[in-house]
Amino acid sequence: MSLLADAWDFVTQSGTWTGDRGILARARAHVWISIVASSIAALIALPSAVVLAHRRIAPIVSVAIVNIARAIPSFALIALVFPVSLQFGFGLGFWPTCIALIALGIPPMFANTYAGIAGTPSAVVEAARGLGMRDSEVLRRVELPTALPLLMNGVRISVVQIVATATLGAIVGYECLGSFIVAGLARGQSGQPAVLTGAVLVALLAFAIDGLLAGTTTRLTPWTRRRRT
Amino acid sequence: MSVFANSADSFVWWSWVDGHWTEIGDRTVEHIVLTVIAVSVGFVVSSILALISVRYRWTYTPITAIGSILYTIPSLALFGLLVPITGLGMLTAEIALVSYTILILVRTIVTGLDGVPHEVREAADAMGYTHRARLLLVDLPLALPTIVSGLRIATVTVIGLVTVTALIGNGGYGALIDDGLSRSFSTPIVVGTVLSVALAVVVDVAFALVGRALTPWQRHATNRAVAS
Repeated sequence: MSLLADAWDFVTQSGTWTGDRGILARARAHVWISIVASSIAALIALPSAVVLAHRRIAPIVSVAIVNIARAIPSFALIALVFPVSLQFGFGLGFWPTCIALIALGIPPMFANTYAGIAGTPSAVVEAARGLGMRDSEVLRRVELPTALPLLMNGVRISVVQIVATATLGAIVGYECLGSFIVAGLARGQSGQPAVLTGAVLVALLAFAIDGLLAGTTTRLTPWTRRRRT
Repeated sequence: MSVFANSADSFVWWSWVDGHWTEIGDRTVEHIVLTVIAVSVGFVVSSILALISVRYRWTYTPITAIGSILYTIPSLALFGLLVPITGLGMLTAEIALVSYTILILVRTIVTGLDGVPHEVREAADAMGYTHRARLLLVDLPLALPTIVSGLRIATVTVIGLVTVTALIGNGGYGALIDDGLSRSFSTPIVVGTVLSVALAVVVDVAFALVGRALTPWQRHATNRAVAS
């Protein structure tokens, strides 16, 4: 396997790691844009879903949002935002990618949070009111804890999707781990060590983030562990 | 003011669309072919895996674990991993697309089969159905709504992912998007995106209708429930 040997040579060159286009800088940029996009998406999706679901407003909309969102390809989203971003002076790279990632991250968080809160059994909500809880207490002490496993599941799906899709930002000039793949593919045979390196790094990052969020979810919702037996 | 010299202040340049109907048609066929192959192969593979995991329970966790690992690998990364082995082209695209369907399909098929009421199975056994006959004539029809919903999700997901395969020389509508990106020309990007979404919506609705037609007893049941 000369390719693996070439890839190993590529990875062990010191120049591959350092500098503007090195693994370290690109990994940092990849993580950074994922954090920014995930945070903004969460700030938009979570409060709106909590408020709408608490009042049980527009249940069909929440289902429709996921279906429509699934039909919009992430690649198309980045490609579409790109010319708009150029037109409005946001330029290449960070912003077109980030805006597309935010749009991509909102639906899973919104839909799961909505389903979690609206899915709180009405008997439980009524019992809480019967105990004399105020509206805000019902939300904070009953509905939110009930919704937490689903909410965290939505966050996990969104964030993993954002990390995965940030890779495509390389196509619109955002220097991230995807740049190794895109630049490598463009160079053909000689670019394959870079392609392989980028692919492995992106996959590892996605697994790491997925595992991290899965761990956080179990820690935040210890009561779900007992039910599984 | 537009930064695209050739788009003349407009996001969609209709005369480009008018001059490219053959290309748009070709891309549509490519997109559909890539999707149909991926979902069909994915369905066959997933059915086998689902049957194995229903028969031998302990295999379900490892099978879905592998499925979710495949599902988590970003599409561009999976192409990157496969290109050195299978080259640029349709085989690489299909391997990646199929691998994304497995988690969704295995889960829904197993969920559907698990949802068959125990009494129904026992009645079928008592009537002398062989294992295979029970699977085909009793379990499968009852599991059908869940399986169709899984196929729906898988197909819509694949239609979206097909666009990314443009980056390794395939792509259907993705090729239009890629073409637009490389020339900073928004019209093909918009056309590719709109058509891809439209295809997904059409397929989604078609599956919903097929699912309804295949399970007439469900409709009767709800009608009766409403009537009573």
